[in-house]
Amino acid sequence: MCLAIPAKVVTMEGSMAKVDMMGNIRLVSVLLVPEVLIGEYVLVHAGFAIGIIDDESAKETEELLLEVAYAYEEGE
Amino acid sequence: MERIMLAHGSGGRLSHELIRTMFQKYLGNPYLDQMNDATLLPGRGHIAVTTDSFVVSPLFFRGGNIGKLAVCGTVNDLAVSGAIPQFLTLALILEEGLLIDDLERIIKSVAQTAAEAGVVIVCGDTKVVERGSADKIFINTTGIGYITDRFVGPEWIRPGDEILITGTIGDHGIAILSEREGLEFETPVVSDCAPLIGLIDAFYRPGVKCMRDPTRGGVATTLNELAGQAGVSMLLDEKQLPLSPSVQGACEMLGLEPLYLANEGKVIVIVAPEVADEVLFNIQAHPLGRLATRIGKIQEGKPGLVLIETPLGGKRIVSMLEGEHLPRIC
Amino acid sequence: MPMKKESKSLLAKASGYLVEIKALAQSSFTIMEVCGSHTVAIAKNALRELLPETVRLISGPGCPVCVTDSGDIDRYLYLAAQPKVITATFGDMIRVPGTEKNLQILRAEGADVRVVYSTQDALELARKNPDKEVVFLGIGFETTTPTVAVSLETAKLEEIENYSVLSMHKVVPPVLRRLAEDDELVVDAFLDPGHVCAIIGTEPIKFMAEDYGKPGVVTGFEALDILEAIVMLLRQRAEGRAEIEIQYRRVAKVEGNPYAKRFIAQVFEPIDASWRGIGLIPQSGLGIRAEYSPWDAAKKFSLPVFHAQETPGCRCGDVLKGLIYPTQCPLFGRRCTPMKPVGPCMVSTEGSCAAYHRYVQRSVD
Repeated sequence: MCLAIPAKVVTMEGSMAKVDMMGNIRLVSVLLVPEVLIGEYVLVHAGFAIGIIDDESAKETEELLLEVAYAYEEGE
Repeated sequence: MERIMLAHGSGGRLSHELIRTMFQKYLGNPYLDQMNDATLLPGRGHIAVTTDSFVVSPLFFRGGNIGKLAVCGTVNDLAVSGAIPQFLTLALILEEGLLIDDLERIIKSVAQTAAEAGVVIVCGDTKVVERGSADKIFINTTGIGYITDRFVGPEWIRPGDEILITGTIGDHGIAILSEREGLEFETPVVSDCAPLIGLIDAFYRPGVKCMRDPTRGGVATTLNELAGQAGVSMLLDEKQLPLSPSVQGACEMLGLEPLYLANEGKVIVIVAPEVADEVLFNIQAHPLGRLATRIGKIQEGKPGLVLIETPLGGKRIVSMLEGEHLPRIC
Repeated sequence: MPMKKESKSLLAKASGYLVEIKALAQSSFTIMEVCGSHTVAIAKNALRELLPETVRLISGPGCPVCVTDSGDIDRYLYLAAQPKVITATFGDMIRVPGTEKNLQILRAEGADVRVVYSTQDALELARKNPDKEVVFLGIGFETTTPTVAVSLETAKLEEIENYSVLSMHKVVPPVLRRLAEDDELVVDAFLDPGHVCAIIGTEPIKFMAEDYGKPGVVTGFEALDILEAIVMLLRQRAEGRAEIEIQYRRVAKVEGNPYAKRFIAQVFEPIDASWRGIGLIPQSGLGIRAEYSPWDAAKKFSLPVFHAQETPGCRCGDVLKGLIYPTQCPLFGRRCTPMKPVGPCMVSTEGSCAAYHRYVQRSVD
């Protein structure tokens, strides 16, 4: 019922953060995840980070992304 | 900064001045310089003609602008029809207040793209409308090309033929969306907007049955149209669809599907199986076709039905775009 | 999706799950996916085709657009047509049909309707258009509600007087209870909504297992997530357990998101709400608290009451309760299509009928 995708926090300023979703950068609110740190992965829904993704699976996510990106570099 | 005024469209002195200092300056050639109501063109054989209007917002985007698009869109329609694009007309509707500098950037881009595509701009028209009556600039182009020996079209498609695509899908759609008001996000995605005649020249050979450029409505809509016209069914392989990670990420963020996003520099090529390897090799050897893949096959089955096999081996329908392709949160 | 290098390990994992599902599903097992995004993921990955016949997946009431009462739709359409009103909405609502019109038609007739991606964009519209009234259409479950709550709190703090929300928000646990109590409904287990539970945690839905003996697994949205969750549900049956487990561990926690829950509680209060096709469910909706009434569109504007009207022949209600498959509705694909939807399940991209129409319908017949 609700699309939400993982994104990595790149920079933060007050209640807003820039997050990276596979190379796309968007400004989102972190009011709902005030404890988030730069470098952590968050779940983004409708312009808000609504949850912090735990460390282990964040690494998995990153590895998966890199793997995909790598497959494409190879293709080029 | 100088701006377009209603008077620029009046047909009087300012109009002539605009034509002389802008259009003739950048686009001038013996045909356009005839400056008559119609332009006389030399002709031979079958002539292909197409026309298209361009109303993109924003005017400038990563990888192009409305001017480049107005040339590519029309010459690509000719090229995928098997024609060699030759001539282009250029009609502009300008909104009062448009920056002359912006117009100049757009027209320079028209000139450059036309040169790349090997087409000559042979006549044009300009109207200026009151502020609010148009969105900065609308462009219409009509293209004329000659058919030589490339007879392609859906009527040649048969079961067993292979479906190729000349590169990643959805790049243009995402490049445009990323700069739309209210949706802005930074993206490395660049529009694929490019004239395709050079690429087609590089790979065309007998055995290429049909070519289409999947613009508005995306690959899904184009394949549905083709399957319907040819009275065949298609089976695509989802894991072979070339998709850049950034386009995928942007689609997930906005709730969009890459198969429905516009492309402005890709060709879907339907080719007889015995020459598929050679055609794919030649596409990949061209700078615009490095990421080309085989995405599926033509098969017997319900006419017009396009299916896709998922990475896990199930099959689902790929339908046409329904209504607007809107970003969503659900 | 680009599946190049990882496709091998993905396939290996998937076939592992499928083998276990086949081994465990010796007798029939009906699972309801509560959430519309699950419905879409299942259809898009063609998972039904891969599952043994004994495992039946049916769609639940988890598309917030679909369960919005037709009276509520007519009410916001009335509001959108008022002069000086800018309607800000998620793209999902643009084509939803009211009794006579929809937002798309109103826009062509001159209404100012803007598609936004976030409530922050709606607030920005209000700041940029001080002479207009910006009304945000508040539709969604617990995942979306906190983002709307934040916008109301911001409007109050910044005294943005021309912003308001028409709240049609709903919450998930009461409708789950209604489903569990429905004698017509034959469901053995539930795929619980991953993103709703990322907010509320598992405590509010525990009663499904404890009081009604229905196992549930909070599930993610990739094909592998759904297959793993089905394995977990089948294991519960095999071991005679009924619990609420979490498959979507990377995101959903037992306790949920306390900050988001606090925002919801601060701005909204439970009210009775009417669900399309299901009817009135006590305390299943969220109204805006009195402290925020200057930003409550229902109080700010004098809106007539519109009564719910169901279209004759439309069986969205039965589809939403999982009693029939979309293809069993007599209107499906004939009078009701995504281009000309009759019922709400055909309108929203994640509506069960739209998902069936888009991905499944023709391969079935």
